[in-house]
Amino acid sequence: MIEITGLHKSLGAHKVLNGVHLKIEKGKTCVIIGRSGCGKSVLLKHIVGILKPDKGKVLIDGQDVGVLAEKELNAVRLKIGLVFQGGALFDSMTVGENVGFGLIEHDHIPHKQLLEKIESSLSMVGLHGIGNLMPSELSGGMRKRVALARAICINPQIILYDEPTTGVDPITADSINELIKSMHDKLKITSIVVTHDMKSAYKVADKIAMLYQGKIIAEGTPDEIQRTKNPVVHQFINGLAFGPITETLDHSR
Amino acid sequence: MILHEFFITVGARIISFMYFLGGLFNLFVQTMYQIFVPPYRKDRIFEQAKKAGFDSLPIVSLVSLFIGFIFALQTAYFMQRIGSEIYIASLVALSIVRELGPVITALVVAGRVGAAITAELGSMQVTEQIDALETLASNPIKYLVVPRFLALSLMLPLLTLYSDAIGILGSYMICVFKLGISSSMYLRVTAEALFYKDLFTGLFKTIFFGMIIALVSCMEGFNVEGGAEGVGRATTRSVVFSFIMIIIADCFFTALFYFIFP
Ligand SMILES: Nc1ncnc2c1ncn2[C@@H]1O[C@H](COP(=O)(O)OP(=O)(O)O)[C@@H](O)[C@H]1O
Ligand SMILES: [Mg+2]
Repeated sequence: MIEITGLHKSLGAHKVLNGVHLKIEKGKTCVIIGRSGCGKSVLLKHIVGILKPDKGKVLIDGQDVGVLAEKELNAVRLKIGLVFQGGALFDSMTVGENVGFGLIEHDHIPHKQLLEKIESSLSMVGLHGIGNLMPSELSGGMRKRVALARAICINPQIILYDEPTTGVDPITADSINELIKSMHDKLKITSIVVTHDMKSAYKVADKIAMLYQGKIIAEGTPDEIQRTKNPVVHQFINGLAFGPITETLDHSR
Repeated sequence: MILHEFFITVGARIISFMYFLGGLFNLFVQTMYQIFVPPYRKDRIFEQAKKAGFDSLPIVSLVSLFIGFIFALQTAYFMQRIGSEIYIASLVALSIVRELGPVITALVVAGRVGAAITAELGSMQVTEQIDALETLASNPIKYLVVPRFLALSLMLPLLTLYSDAIGILGSYMICVFKLGISSSMYLRVTAEALFYKDLFTGLFKTIFFGMIIALVSCMEGFNVEGGAEGVGRATTRSVVFSFIMIIIADCFFTALFYFIFP
């Protein structure tokens, strides 16, 4: 279970998170929606403890990741797979080494088993047999899927997806959605999916939460969100150019 | 008014340099700690040692050989005036082993290897690869800094030893083939001029030069902000600050050895 309470974070002079409260039950998929630059990636980085909160807490199964010592923090991190927005593949390593990185570094499993695990993770994202390529030889969508395979490979209990379907073709996007769903259905993995692709959000979510001006301003099931009365959420999910979001923007500029 | 602005600028520079030194010291302490935390990965140190040491041999050879030529010719100009060409050998040997070899090698390595490290870690930073390392429970200092730190502080003395030999060879070639000093004479005078302490003081400080290059270049790489442009800026800073720190450290060690090994 992931519990975020009263999370505040400023980066530079900019107050990015301003009291985020969010709770994700074990085995559920929560989709976080919000405009570009509203702090979704920053929020995910707090969950794995790469960024430390100014105020507030992130609890993973009851452990506060903001204050854990390195050793305990690393144990928590190995339960979490984070799929970075841009992939963040290690470009000095082959695709196979990337995918197996966590296992190579931390679980000293036999070589043969390692190769099988890498291959099966790549197959899950529909990319088997490319283990010997370098990341620079891949297309954007493939890099994203390799990043996904790398997150899956450590057998995490939690997977955080940062815009998994942004910038990939619609067919690949749907197969990624299917993958997220099967992670949820078959492996009972707790997931957070950051996206502004509403089609994907409705498809995979148990719960949708909207991040706006550093706070979660609405949360509910896909149905509840679709029937929302909140004008901000309404504008966002329907992708309207005019509404409260763009108005406040104009005021602040 | 202009003076006022001048002092503000200088003050800001001094403060930012202090921050730089603080960051460097912090990274040094963390690196020293991580060196002793298992697991120890020798393969990564060897990889870096090859990149830093072996791959630097051509450029170090070239620069050292020419320094040997130049230094012999420049010294010859004066020594011929006072009719004591044979002392070119001792003067060149001492200057190269005590000072020129170590500093030239360090500057070449800072420019070649340090810049590459900053560019590499900097691009890893802007593409979130360093965050990815942490997420996969690998400490970036352990994984990236420690191998470079150990490799550079090990390889720099070896490279310097090599550079000393090539520099003396360059001077030997000028003296023997051009100025007509006999080969055996040249070698004897060189051997008489050099004591172990000269070699020791020359090589000892390069361990620290290696540490400086590794720490400065890694820190600048980690601190990159703002995409490709930021990587470029950090690479320049890395080389400039390495040069400054190497010269300061060199001055410090020279003074230290002057007083403890008179
Ligand atoms: N390292 C950083 N330093 C300063 N500002 C940052 C940093 N990372 C993100 N920001 C700022 O925080 C805000 C949220 O960024 P981010 O979480 O990446 O947005 P998104 O919701 O699109 O993922 C942005 O305005 C960005 O400029
Ligand atoms: Mg983002």
